[in-house]
Amino acid sequence: MAENTPESAAAPQEAAAPQDPQAAKNAQLLALLHRLFGADTFTDVEEPYGLLTVTTTRERIHEIIAGLQQDQELQLNFLTTMCGIHYPENEGKELGMIYHVHSLVNNLRLRIKMFFPIADPVVPTLTDLYATANWMEREAYDFYGIIFTGHPNLIRILNVEDMDYHPMRKEYALEDGTREDKTDLFFGR
Amino acid sequence: MEGAGFFATSLEQVVGMARANSLWPLPFATSCCGIEFMATMGSHYDISRFGSERPSFSPRQADLLMVMGTIAKKMAPIVKQVYEQMAEPRWVLAMGACACSGGIFDSYSVLQGIDRIIPVDVYVPGCPPRPEQVLDGLMRVQDLARTESIRRRNAPEYQALLASYNIK
Repeated sequence: MAENTPESAAAPQEAAAPQDPQAAKNAQLLALLHRLFGADTFTDVEEPYGLLTVTTTRERIHEIIAGLQQDQELQLNFLTTMCGIHYPENEGKELGMIYHVHSLVNNLRLRIKMFFPIADPVVPTLTDLYATANWMEREAYDFYGIIFTGHPNLIRILNVEDMDYHPMRKEYALEDGTREDKTDLFFGR
Repeated sequence: MEGAGFFATSLEQVVGMARANSLWPLPFATSCCGIEFMATMGSHYDISRFGSERPSFSPRQADLLMVMGTIAKKMAPIVKQVYEQMAEPRWVLAMGACACSGGIFDSYSVLQGIDRIIPVDVYVPGCPPRPEQVLDGLMRVQDLARTESIRRRNAPEYQALLASYNIK
């Protein structure tokens, strides 16, 4: 969770009140996003804890983040973090990637999400835009099995190389916590 | 027998005494137990009193491998390689819950005890153990070093133990 500025401590209101500078800032940023990429590009616009959050598709994610990075007005040129996520009940859109971008010049933050089917977990890499994406994409591949086309070295980064499953997918039964023998064939201990 | 000017004992006992009082530790510290080991090395607890004068970060010159902290599965082959590079005689002390059994990390990525990959001579429980506990464990290793045969490597039991770990 990205840190919020003090103004964003107040909960976002239904109508953007003029006295909430963070909401006004977000509205301005959203209008700019629509102008740059078209209003139909983003869905599910939200502002949890004052952080503007939008959802897009994997077909357009690279173009959008490249545009945000290179736009002289926005300069969203810092990739704070990115991570995978798994919603098993979200049929056809089980896996997702979440990106946090930050403009250090304008003090703007933006969260961008996208979702895609678990049967086809292929998304474009951002390593040509951000060097930090290299590490974080390997982590998402390691734990969620998301394949980033164009990544220069897409191998596991934290788990052992010969592991043959993706442990943070929500598809493994919980173990019996009262078990005394810690050897579990499923997890290969 | 003792008398003026001479003392008789077995070679084994002399070697055992020398070994017991000069166990150079090879610290393999990955977690909070390593911080407790720093305290154990400090003047207050003074591991040097027991002859463990020199923390050796070369396995070639170390006698006692002290594994202190969580060992992930990815780290396991490294621990094994370090052990294999130690010259005989060598002992292993597993310090803390993580090295003994995996501790609270009951997880797909954590080794459930370093005795899965190398033989362990002394287990020191605790999370983390106090320096006094570590010193007590060290004294147990000293007992082993003082009393065991100098031909321990040639014992068939020892060879079988190493073979069971696929260590040559």
